[in-house]
Amino acid sequence: MGMTMTQKILAEHAGLESVKAGQLIKVKVDMVLGNDITTPVAVKEFEKIGAGKVFDVNKIAIVPDHFTPNKDIKSAEQVKMIREFSKKMGIVNFFEVGQMGVEHALLPEKGLVVAGDVVIGADSHTCTYGALGAFSTGVGSTDMAAAMATGETWFKVPEAIKFVLEGKPGKWVSGKDIILHIIGKIGVDGALYKSMEFTGEGLNYLSMDDRFAIANMAIEAGAKNGIFEVDEKTLDYIAEHSNKPYKIFKADEDAEYVEVYKIDLSTLRPTVAFPHLPENTRSIDEVGDIKIHQVVIGSCTNGRIEDLRIAAEVLKGKKVHPDVRCIIIPATQKIWKQAMNEGLFDIFIDAGAAVSTPTCGPCLGGHMGILAEGERAVATTNRNFVGRMGHPRSEVYLASPAVAAASAIAGKIASPE
Amino acid sequence: MNVRGKVIKYGDNIDTDVIIPARYLNTSDPAELAKHCMEDLDKDFVNKVQPGDIVVAGKNFGCGSSREHAPIALKASGVSCVIADTFARIFYRNSINIGLPIVECPEAANDIEDGDEVWVDFDTGTIVNHTKGSTYKAAPFPDFLQELISSGGLIEYVKKQAQGGAL
Ligand code: SF4
Repeated sequence: MGMTMTQKILAEHAGLESVKAGQLIKVKVDMVLGNDITTPVAVKEFEKIGAGKVFDVNKIAIVPDHFTPNKDIKSAEQVKMIREFSKKMGIVNFFEVGQMGVEHALLPEKGLVVAGDVVIGADSHTCTYGALGAFSTGVGSTDMAAAMATGETWFKVPEAIKFVLEGKPGKWVSGKDIILHIIGKIGVDGALYKSMEFTGEGLNYLSMDDRFAIANMAIEAGAKNGIFEVDEKTLDYIAEHSNKPYKIFKADEDAEYVEVYKIDLSTLRPTVAFPHLPENTRSIDEVGDIKIHQVVIGSCTNGRIEDLRIAAEVLKGKKVHPDVRCIIIPATQKIWKQAMNEGLFDIFIDAGAAVSTPTCGPCLGGHMGILAEGERAVATTNRNFVGRMGHPRSEVYLASPAVAAASAIAGKIASPE
Repeated sequence: MNVRGKVIKYGDNIDTDVIIPARYLNTSDPAELAKHCMEDLDKDFVNKVQPGDIVVAGKNFGCGSSREHAPIALKASGVSCVIADTFARIFYRNSINIGLPIVECPEAANDIEDGDEVWVDFDTGTIVNHTKGSTYKAAPFPDFLQELISSGGLIEYVKKQAQGGAL
């Protein structure tokens, strides 16, 4: 029986000829990630093991990005603790404010993840790196601690669902719209415990930033990981960002998929997920009249350069609606500088938007744009659970940067067309 | 190992943001976290939960973020076990790793009602509903997970390996 892309990567990292779905295996990891919320718990657990040192100072990345630059004393204490831990252990990839970016935008950009890697991160959106043809998945702090000590972790080999993407998406249909459409179709547990594997000639029309956005939200369908077939674009991206050796894993012809979906990208419309689940999707043509108070363009889903470019295209020469606060958060320092050099900030500021330093900030209701009771936001983030961006009776609508920017101008959810 | 307690029942897709909202994640102190457990879904939870109580829920329990603070908050609230139709995978791992017993059993998740008195035996996967007089059977954990659990969680397991010279 053939193997899926995911199964092949896992088999290789387990030192096995082959694996099959359901098998419990121990694998070597190429990168272990943690942030300012999950690492403090991991450090406490790591100390209980008594290992004294980490398995490899180059294969751990610690990114304080959620509540940074620190929003209060408690969060500053948390970061202080992990900063000291990183120093003591000699961890090379600790990213301080000034180099820091939202972790899942930062790691690929720094070349820390390449095709064929196995990556675990104490953050659920670690699945983002599947865009590069890596197996990457979120775990908890204790798993992070054990992997920091041993360089290994355990997995149950997942079954897989194949998504064959076909056709060319319209101008305003981005990776975000594609993944929202898919989650709307299969539900927030539609891929529970499974891999989502993306293939098909439609990939030709998807930039790396589109693919990052798609893989990023695999977890929103309950998936263990999302992974893209490696092509020229992937290899160009890796060549530009990394000198780590990579390996391409292709699914076998006779690999087993529990389901196969064919998705014609040319038929998709800009898509919005209504509160309070990412599966509550509607096409932009069916949203109705929804007044909003805030727009957030940023996060590990959509804070990359192309996201900012498209937001700027929509906002150029326009004004943010007087009843709306529009907050734009480039995901990393590099993206920030690039946006600045391309003149995107002039457009944002002239339109009346605020531009922030990289942070997760409002995405998880941390800081930099918390919602009051009864307020509504359109956000390019990935979750719209109850209370996610602030008050339990506030609402988050998930959308692409184009829809978010158009909504900022209109004062209600609007199409960029 | 077995537990017995009164059931607090919730629906499908209970996410980690409602189990413990991110605004409280600037600490990892279990007692602090427990004070806000379930706050955005059920303000009354912290007042009504008694040591030993069992949370029963529908599909995809614990979906969302990887925060281990979620099972930690439930455990520190006194919850002795969570029974669900299905669990989100990171929550599942985290619970095993930190020693919060969880049982996947669609039949029990469906049938048990809020306030029922329930007994769970983890070794055999048997769940007895004393209020209704019914019994449900969950699949027992695979061997490797049994080993993890009986070692006292992942950290103890890794420690044992380290002492055995495997590290
Ligand atoms: S941007 Fe949001 S979803 Fe992404 S890592 Fe930060 S908090 Fe999590």
